[in-house]
Amino acid sequence: MRTQTKLLLILVVLALLTPLGLLIPERLGAGGAWGEWSPEELRKIVGHVPQGVARLSGLWRPPAADYSVHGVAPAFGYLISAVVGAALVAGLTILIGKALARRKE
Amino acid sequence: MHIPDGYLGPLTWGGAYAVMLPVWGLAARRVGRTLRSSQAPLMAMGAAFVFVVMMFNIPLGPTTGHATGAVLVAVLLGPWAAVLAVSVALAIQAFLFGDGGITALGANCFNMAFLMPFAGYWVYRLVSWRSSVSSRRRWLGAAAAGYIALNLAAASSAIMLGIQPILHREASGQPLYSPFPLGVALPVVAGEHLLLFGWVEAALTGLAVAYMQRAQPELLEATR
Repeated sequence: MRTQTKLLLILVVLALLTPLGLLIPERLGAGGAWGEWSPEELRKIVGHVPQGVARLSGLWRPPAADYSVHGVAPAFGYLISAVVGAALVAGLTILIGKALARRKE
Repeated sequence: MHIPDGYLGPLTWGGAYAVMLPVWGLAARRVGRTLRSSQAPLMAMGAAFVFVVMMFNIPLGPTTGHATGAVLVAVLLGPWAAVLAVSVALAIQAFLFGDGGITALGANCFNMAFLMPFAGYWVYRLVSWRSSVSSRRRWLGAAAAGYIALNLAAASSAIMLGIQPILHREASGQPLYSPFPLGVALPVVAGEHLLLFGWVEAALTGLAVAYMQRAQPELLEATR
């Protein structure tokens, strides 16, 4: 098998396993990363929301916040996000890579 | 390690962008000089790999953390290609999934797409110095690089958070951005990564390199 095909296969398997990254912490009652909470969580933890957090946290409305897809079960939305996100990342990187490589040729 | 919007004041996020703009420019130049068109798919797979690895949240008490895969990309493609690959992954995470802020993107890139791949690359180079591709020092170096580099990135992000109460306060004296003092943020975040997440990055990087030593040694010869 060609090297790139093999690596692509590993990547696909990893992407299919990503829902574990949502379900296992959920099962164990673990939330997000320390110190990177949403304003609501922050209010629960420190009792108030700092002005800067309140002002800037809504700056950008991501289409699939927290890797969730509207109207879809969380684990499945997470999987869709993994596949679509990885494809977009790969596509964008290929474009950048080819554009940079072409410049010298 | 993905700092959201609102946790960093303008001095920190602006400063991080000011550092990252020339780094991105330099990375584009270096990669443009060394990358062959046929290698672009490999770089793209590296970026997608980083994106996917970061979705595996690992629970630790009430919080989670994750490995990044950034050191593996740096070992295979060199640190400058890793800067671009990891930056693309972080940008998609921020814009599409709200994982990490837009204002904080420069800071997150500084930690995970600049500091981390470079630190990892040099630790790997140092440990595997003049070793053959099949040498044990290759995978050992990769594992050490993963552990050290993830911890450096985590410590840097904790310091960025921890200096906010020093830099910016409301008139009432309340912290304006991230409210946790450095004496809390640094030990907690560094502790989590020293204890668990760093070992995951070490295992991921070390095992991947060990696998490639057997199955695809040519991938380990490509890096300058």
